[in-house]
Amino acid sequence: MTNIPLNPQQPKTAQMAERMTEVKGRSLWADARTRFLRNKAAMVSVFVLVFVALFAFFGQFLSPWDNETIDWNVLGNVARVGQPSLENGHYFGFDDSGRDLYNRVVQGTQISLMVGIVGSLIAVIVGTIYGAVAGFVGGRVDSAMMRFVDIAMSIPYMFVLILLLVVFGRSISMLFVGIGLIAWLDMSRIVRGQTLSIKNKEFIEAAVATGVPTFTIIRRHIVPNLLGVVVVYATLLVPQMILTESFISFLGLGVQEPLTSLGALISEGTATMSYGTLWQLFFPLGFFVITIFSFFFIGDGLRDALDPKDR
Amino acid sequence: MTETILRVEDLKVWFDVKKQGAMPWVKPRKLKAVDGVSFELKAGETLGIVGESGCGKSTLARAVMQMVPVEDGHVVWLGDELVGLGTREMRRHRKEMQMIFQDPLASLNPRMTIGQIVAEPLKTHFPHLSSEEMKAKVREALETVGILPNMLNRYPHEFSGGQNQRIGIARALVVNPRLIICDEPVSALDVSIQAQVINLLMDLQKETGVALIFIAHDLSVVKHISDRVMVLYLGNVMEVAPSAELYANPQHPYTEALISAVPIPDPKLEKAKEVMLLDLDLPSPLNPPSGCVFRTRCPIAEPRCASEKPVLADKGAAHMVACHLR
Repeated sequence: MTNIPLNPQQPKTAQMAERMTEVKGRSLWADARTRFLRNKAAMVSVFVLVFVALFAFFGQFLSPWDNETIDWNVLGNVARVGQPSLENGHYFGFDDSGRDLYNRVVQGTQISLMVGIVGSLIAVIVGTIYGAVAGFVGGRVDSAMMRFVDIAMSIPYMFVLILLLVVFGRSISMLFVGIGLIAWLDMSRIVRGQTLSIKNKEFIEAAVATGVPTFTIIRRHIVPNLLGVVVVYATLLVPQMILTESFISFLGLGVQEPLTSLGALISEGTATMSYGTLWQLFFPLGFFVITIFSFFFIGDGLRDALDPKDR
Repeated sequence: MTETILRVEDLKVWFDVKKQGAMPWVKPRKLKAVDGVSFELKAGETLGIVGESGCGKSTLARAVMQMVPVEDGHVVWLGDELVGLGTREMRRHRKEMQMIFQDPLASLNPRMTIGQIVAEPLKTHFPHLSSEEMKAKVREALETVGILPNMLNRYPHEFSGGQNQRIGIARALVVNPRLIICDEPVSALDVSIQAQVINLLMDLQKETGVALIFIAHDLSVVKHISDRVMVLYLGNVMEVAPSAELYANPQHPYTEALISAVPIPDPKLEKAKEVMLLDLDLPSPLNPPSGCVFRTRCPIAEPRCASEKPVLADKGAAHMVACHLR
C-alpha cells in the first residue's frame, strides 16, 4: 500500500519521523500518578502508612523485650510500676498481664493490617470478577448472580461471622474466611454497575464486531477501565475491614491469645481504664486511628487522581 | 460487474419491549427495527444507507454483522449463511467484515495504546503471528491512514477526533477485510475533517477493492461516496437506486422530501429552493402504520396504501421503488 499524503508536508515529516525514536505516550495511569503525587494530604498519608507498616513488621527489632515474656514483678502492680519508660526499654509500658506493650502493639498492628489487606484483596479479586461477568454477560445470568448477592447481603453478616467463630472455633484463618465471605458483596455490586456503563461504549462494540472472545473482552477492555473505581474502593475497604475485625475482637470473638490485634488491645485497654493504666488504651488506639486515617486520605487522593472529572 | 459478496434477504430484526414492571408471563411487544430488508452487495462496491434517526440503519448494520439477534431472514456472506451461526463459526467470518463507528474517541479503548488497539484484530484472528510481524502490519496500517507509525505508543486521548477516526479505520484495515461497515463515520467530525476521512475511505477502496456499507444521515456525503443508495424508513426499504439516478430522479415521495431538505451551499439558490416538509413525526416502530409504513406522512397517499403493503418494484435502470403510485 502506498502512502496517501493527507497534507503536503507529510512525506517530509514522515521522513523525519523515521529518524525519530518512537514517541512514548502518556497513559491515563501516568496522568493519575502525577495528580496523586501532587496531593499533599495523600502523600503524607502514604509516608505515615509506610511508617506504620515498617513498625508492624520490623518494630520488634527495636525493643530488647519480646511479646510473650511475663514480668512477674510487674504483674498485679501494673498501674504503679508498669508505666511507659525509655530507660528500661518498655517504651509503651506493660499490658495488664505484665507483658511488654510495645511488642504487643507491634504484633497487633501486624495482624490488623493483614486482616485489612487480605480482606480487601479477596474483595477485589472475587468481587471484580463476579461483578464484571454478571454485568457483561447480562440477562438471566446477571439476574441470578445479583439475586444471590442480594440474598447474601440480606443475611446479617455479624451474626453469621459470630456463628462461624463460635462453631468452628476462634482462629485467625476462620476470621479471614468470615470477612472474605462478606467483603466481596459490595464490591461486586459496584463493579457490576460500572461494567454496565462501560459495556455500552463503542470500543466494546468494536471488540465484539472484531470477534474478540467474551472473556478476553472482560479481561482486556472491561477490567482495566473499572480498575480505577476498584482501587479507590479497595483502599477504603481496608480500614473498614480493620474496623470490622476490631469490633469482633472487641466483642472477644476475634483473634485468640497469644495472638492479638489492635481491636483486642483496645478492648483490653478499655477494660483497665479505671485503674489508671491509660497507656494501655492510648497506644493501640493511636496506631489504630493513624492507620485508618491514612487509608481514608489515600483513598480520597486516589479518587481525585483517577477521576478528575468527579471532583 | 464482479461477484456478489453479501446477499441480505428479507432480514427482520425485532426487539422485545416489555412494559415497565410487567409480569414475566406477559407477552412482550415487538419493536420492528428492521422489517424485511433485502439487498445485495458486490465486491468493491459502496452501498449508502440513508434515513432519519430511528429508521433502523444502525440495527441493519449490526444485524449483518450478527451482533443483534435476527428474527428472520438470511444474510449470505460469500455463499455462507450467517444467520444462526455460533460465535465460534462466526468468528471465522469476522476477519473479513470490519466496522467503523460514529464516535471516534469512544470507539477506542482509553487504556490501550493505539498500537495495541490496531493490533487487536490481528491478535484475535492471526494469533500465530510473531510480535515483530504484528508490529510491522500495524505500522503499515497506520501509515496507510496517514498516522505517523512512531506514534504507536500514544493513547487515543492524545489525538484529535479526525486522527482517532483514522486510527479506527486502521484497525478495520489491518486484517485486509472484504467489507467495511461504516456506521455514521463522519457525523461526529467537522466538515473539513469529514472530507479527509471520506477521501481516505474512497482511496482505500480504490487500492484494496474493499466493499463499503456507508451509513449516514448526511445526504450529500452519501452521494459523494456511494455507488448505490438505499433509503430506509421505519425499517423498510423505500427506494434503492444508483447514486446519481436517485439524486437526479427520486421516485418515492419520502426520498423527494429527504432530497429537498439538503441545504445548497449558495444563499440565493437556498432561498429559492422549495423544501417539501412532512407533517407529523416518525410513527412509533412499536405500532407501525398498516400497509405502506410511510402513508401517514405521505402527501399523495390513497386509501389503497392503508390496506396493501407496496413491494419493492424495479422501475428500470436498477431503480427500485416501493410505492403503489409511482
